[in-house]
Amino acid sequence: MTGARRAALRSPIETLGATAMQVAREAGGITLLAGRVLRCLVPPSMDGRELTRNMYRMGNRSVPIVALTAFFVGGIMVIQAGMYVRQFNATGLVGWGAGYAIFREIGPVLIALMFSGRVGSNNTAELGTMTVTEQLDGLRALAIDPIRYLIVPRVVAMMVMLFILTVVGDLVSIAGGMLFSRLLIGIDPSTFYYSLVDNLDWIDFVHGLVKSAVFGLSIALTSCYFGVSVRGGAVGVGRAVNAAVVAAAVSIMLLDFFLTFLLP
Amino acid sequence: MDLDIPPGSRFGLIGPAAGGKSVLLKLLVGLIAADAGEVTIGDDKVTGASEDALMAVRQRVGMLFQNYALFDFLSVGENVAFPLVRRGVPRDEIDQRVRDRLRAVGLAGSEGKLPSELSGGMKKRVGIARATVARPEIVLYDEPTAGLDPVTTSKIYDLIRADQAETGCTVVAVSSDVDALVGFADRVAMLHQGEIRYQGPAAAVRDAGDPAVRQFVRGELEGPL
Repeated sequence: MTGARRAALRSPIETLGATAMQVAREAGGITLLAGRVLRCLVPPSMDGRELTRNMYRMGNRSVPIVALTAFFVGGIMVIQAGMYVRQFNATGLVGWGAGYAIFREIGPVLIALMFSGRVGSNNTAELGTMTVTEQLDGLRALAIDPIRYLIVPRVVAMMVMLFILTVVGDLVSIAGGMLFSRLLIGIDPSTFYYSLVDNLDWIDFVHGLVKSAVFGLSIALTSCYFGVSVRGGAVGVGRAVNAAVVAAAVSIMLLDFFLTFLLP
Repeated sequence: MDLDIPPGSRFGLIGPAAGGKSVLLKLLVGLIAADAGEVTIGDDKVTGASEDALMAVRQRVGMLFQNYALFDFLSVGENVAFPLVRRGVPRDEIDQRVRDRLRAVGLAGSEGKLPSELSGGMKKRVGIARATVARPEIVLYDEPTAGLDPVTTSKIYDLIRADQAETGCTVVAVSSDVDALVGFADRVAMLHQGEIRYQGPAAAVRDAGDPAVRQFVRGELEGPL
């Protein structure tokens, strides 16, 4: 066997090994970052101004896009259910069906993905740029821990704001579902409402909110990790943003699977 | 290498580009961990120190970075005030010291501007103001005059000299502008290929025994470099 053929045969195994090593390295890095963030939170110690600034730009400015998306998600639920509602004359189940799917699954997952695309990628780019322009070293040189000053407020802001955005998004989705069920399949809003409140429990709502908090933590840690570990200037920042968005999306789906399995 | 920087001196570090001068400055404050050897500031060990211990050392140090490292989410005034805010200095005193520092570097009234609105030279001066506003014992300047015209270069060195005379701090400056740095420093060292090739009075560096040092300082084409 020639060296070239041997290399060609070995290549997929090598690639798999290198990918596994890379994933392990990044998972380890994110875990270490999580540990350092936790150390700063017990007892809570962070810059209040940074926290407020991040909550505003990450949360308040995301409300319009989240509300718009959520509104149409409610409509999509109704369109999907409409055919069967008409076929089986099950108008009393539309509110329950839409609410159940939105609260437990679609709401938290979709809003988390939106949040990751808008806020997580921005966070990685910002931290990455700060890293390559030595601003993180600048903080350390001024005897300020970048984790405590920059990362902890962002992690807390992302968790809290994604939680709040999910509440807002759930409510707007339900309003959208209610409106579109009236416009598209002629279901009275009161029928929709009673179908929702009579058949759903608080636990369905809380189930989604627990997921949103966990997704928020995951987006925050991945976006911060890839931001602070940037190497190689502007090209490195681009690569880091790409990696952070992919990692956040994958982690949201994986966590959703396990949380759906574990939560009541 | 073995490098000794006397307290209260104006110390210049020269050497060919990409020779590790900036890395050496970062090693001094533990921004980069040394693979081997020992760095001490006074009685404090930098190498092997915990991050908390390093924070205590860095409280005594101010640093100007080659690329300024200004925080782009803060205004000029907030950047300069930053070390004082973190040290819990009263607000009135912070405002006064920030105004004084900005006036000293020729940027009076620029408090409200963002770093993105400044030229390279202005950013450099803001960086100097931030590095010195807390009156640290040691100030590290990485290329304080790179990209500046000769007049501004002289002004910057005059400013650093006046600051040093007033506070008695130790100044360590890295620069590729050998003439200006040798004129400013009382002692210099030359770093080349990981070795200190000269360490001594700035006035004697042009006549150093090492031909590589002489060639570098004189800017000659012929020689071992």
